[in-house]
Amino acid sequence: MKERLSDCVDRFRALAPACDYWTLRLVAEESEHLEVRQGVAEPSLFDTSLGVMVTLVKGRGIGYGATSDLSTAGLRAALERAGEWALLHARLGLFDAQLCPRSSLRAEYRSRVQEPWACRSVADKLELLRMANQAMAIDARIRDWAAWLEYRRLFQWLETSDGGRVTQTLEFVHPGLSAVANSGGQTQRRRGGGSSSAQQGGLERIEAVRLLEDAPRVAEEAIALLEAPECPQTNCDLVLMPSQLALQIHESIGHPLELDRILGDERNYAGTSFVTPGMFGRYPYGSELLNVTFDPTLPGELVSLAADDEGNPARRQYLIRRGILERPLGGPLSQSRAGLPGSACSRASGWDRPPIDRMGNINLEPGEGSLADLVARVERGVLMDTNRSWSIDDSRNKFQFGCELGRLIEEGELKGLVRNPGYRGISTDFWRRLDAVGGPESQEVHGVRNCGKGEPNQSVYVGHAAPPCLFRQVAVFGGAA
Amino acid sequence: MQEAFFALADRLRSGIAGQEVLFCSLGGEVSEFVRLNRNRIRQAGQVRTVRLGLNLIHGARQVEGSCNLSGEPRSDLEQARWLLGRLRERLAHVPEDPFLNYSTDPSEGQRQMGDPCPPAEEAVAELIAAARGMDLVGIWASGEMFEGLASSIGHRHWHRSLSFNLDWSCFLEADKGVKAGCAGLHWDATRVHRRLRVMREELRVMAGSARTIAPGRYRAYLAPAAVQELMDLLADGGFDLRSHRTCQTPLLGLARGERELDAGVSICEEHGRGLTADFTAQGFLKPASVVLVEKGRYGRCLVDARDGKEYGEAVNAATDAPESLGLDPGDIPLAEVLRRLDRGLYIGNLWYGNWSDSNDCRLTGMTRFGTYWVENGEIVSPVNVMRFDDSLYHLLGDRLEGLTRERELILSADTYEGRSTESSLLPGLLVSGIELAL
Repeated sequence: MKERLSDCVDRFRALAPACDYWTLRLVAEESEHLEVRQGVAEPSLFDTSLGVMVTLVKGRGIGYGATSDLSTAGLRAALERAGEWALLHARLGLFDAQLCPRSSLRAEYRSRVQEPWACRSVADKLELLRMANQAMAIDARIRDWAAWLEYRRLFQWLETSDGGRVTQTLEFVHPGLSAVANSGGQTQRRRGGGSSSAQQGGLERIEAVRLLEDAPRVAEEAIALLEAPECPQTNCDLVLMPSQLALQIHESIGHPLELDRILGDERNYAGTSFVTPGMFGRYPYGSELLNVTFDPTLPGELVSLAADDEGNPARRQYLIRRGILERPLGGPLSQSRAGLPGSACSRASGWDRPPIDRMGNINLEPGEGSLADLVARVERGVLMDTNRSWSIDDSRNKFQFGCELGRLIEEGELKGLVRNPGYRGISTDFWRRLDAVGGPESQEVHGVRNCGKGEPNQSVYVGHAAPPCLFRQVAVFGGAA
Repeated sequence: MQEAFFALADRLRSGIAGQEVLFCSLGGEVSEFVRLNRNRIRQAGQVRTVRLGLNLIHGARQVEGSCNLSGEPRSDLEQARWLLGRLRERLAHVPEDPFLNYSTDPSEGQRQMGDPCPPAEEAVAELIAAARGMDLVGIWASGEMFEGLASSIGHRHWHRSLSFNLDWSCFLEADKGVKAGCAGLHWDATRVHRRLRVMREELRVMAGSARTIAPGRYRAYLAPAAVQELMDLLADGGFDLRSHRTCQTPLLGLARGERELDAGVSICEEHGRGLTADFTAQGFLKPASVVLVEKGRYGRCLVDARDGKEYGEAVNAATDAPESLGLDPGDIPLAEVLRRLDRGLYIGNLWYGNWSDSNDCRLTGMTRFGTYWVENGEIVSPVNVMRFDDSLYHLLGDRLEGLTRERELILSADTYEGRSTESSLLPGLLVSGIELAL
């Protein structure tokens, strides 16, 4: 494959027209999906994808052409179309294309993989999933159950006219479990086996998430939730587990800090932001315990890499420090347009989409203490685990989340389960209620694999690491009694 | 592309072994995408993609795979043969599939929709000129989409469409904006000019000071674009047979006859009216329509090939969600909506819906774009965004006062997995109350 792509780069170089700057981004992906549902193997899926994105800067204009035709004729056609769009952009563009970043970076990145995906046969993997199925089929009230393994290998080669060359190989194995229980009009779903803690790596991820061992718990909790009382509707303290904090960080910190939202690019689709340029450096986003980083260096997290998709070197930066907003999320083009600093987070979902401002790994930095220490500080509250529903307004203020499982906290101790737990609030008011952050030993690495934005639409991976956190006096609620 | 695909499928078919069955599918597009902000071009380009899918079957075993093609016959055949080889290797490692289901009746069909679009450069330049002075943001998408199916049994289907989708909004400031869409198979610039004139009027209303309302229950009119958000959410798990048999559908109470919707609510999957292909990847032909909800009571489920085999029902859909959903109209003339609403909320759009408690068919989401406060049958001010949290058993049930006589055809602007061909045909809803929570 590498020879084929190398040949493509050479042919492109020979074709590239005289212009101010060009980039060629080749993306080759391979993915597999294996799933056993109710003891029956679903059809096995094996998908590959290969294509290129050509970007051309000519004078004040920039345009792109993407194609799955890697022949010389295909590359030429993509170049010509990119050039035609650059001409129109020069006349009717929002900005002078000379603002676009140029990269001469030479870098390489490869995911750490201990046990490659190909080390075990399809039959062995299916047998593992069958065993996980068996461990979840514990009760007639379990109405549906499934276990799966997903594999994704992404190889990207970015070549630029300034001599830049960045090659990155990311590999992922995503295990997961799901059990659905029903009794009368009440249905509860519980997931596990790593379904919310996606990371880079190989088959060692199966052991890391304890896929088989987790299966009985997933089924047992789904059944227990059927009989649990509804989460109370009240204002009380709230302890969020990392599996829910990932979404809370994502929606109410990550998205509002995206520079393209602040610049208005996303107003027709993903939305704008309550954050304005004047807030950086002084706005109290949360309590003093809130420290949030853009961190592409944490080993194994979904978006740990060497550079973004425009060849900007990635490095760790504080977005919020001691509660004060410091820096937005935006690549060099957005930084130039806004006159603000940013980060290396210009990313595309594939070869057929141009890079835009995205989150990378957005992490809530650890504080001190264990989960038990957090719970001990609560007189009356609810602990919520594993996101199942999310919604927030287009300026990223008014949010509402639902979780799979809740547990009452009384006088510093965890008590019984509650079902259909949810909570709502307003972003910065909520983060100012942050009163305790768990220590490094309680930190967990999670990820979101379907972060959507952009026109045309793009869905990308995003990483979120966090310890459990305690928030004071939040509006919580349950389902219909 | 059509001839090249069928020729490729024929070459592959000639190479399959005795008892093997092969289904080949093709999907692709040549699309122009122009992203706009502040009535200028933010990002513009072309995407040309062709994707081949193979489903290799031997006895009761099956494997599926896909790869990109270039469009050049010789290299595409080489690529397709490589994929077929990989699938053949895997076939030996998978167990027999009791729910394998494909059409054994060969069928043929061909459908061509739409006119050639004007050059995207021209259309975008005209839009920018027409919207001079407005803060316009959105996307133009246009071009050709195609889908094909060929099998070793003898299926041969081809579906091609030429279409455009202009999805945009215009803003005054911050989140104060109004939204519009203009999409179809036949470009007519006068529609865009007309819509921009209406938006200029709407922005004049939007310029008034926004009202902030307290949480509580409000009388409301939901325009078709707002109804679409509710239907999109319901489409995900509401109607497919598997969700019903495993008790995961949010309409479980309705399906069991324990809950009901208003007798004026009838929901149908209208394959015959829609823009999607009329065949499934397994060679089944879709019926012209499937009645999902009839006069407030649950009708039939959508049944894809796999669910059909598992639960012993006839296949009537390609996927587990409606692709061409229709909600029957009512008898409220559109011109009468504000008078009938009298006092309450005119909700132009809802956004970011998700389930609060699917057991109660309760969902939440936000108002967005063109939402106004109405007094004495007249719009008096825009309303700051509010969160709703309510059950469809109320909004389409005991609190539904009526549906509009006119319906709006909304073509999806979704482009996650390529340009969508989904659509919905929806009236507006007048409700005696919608619960606002924040």
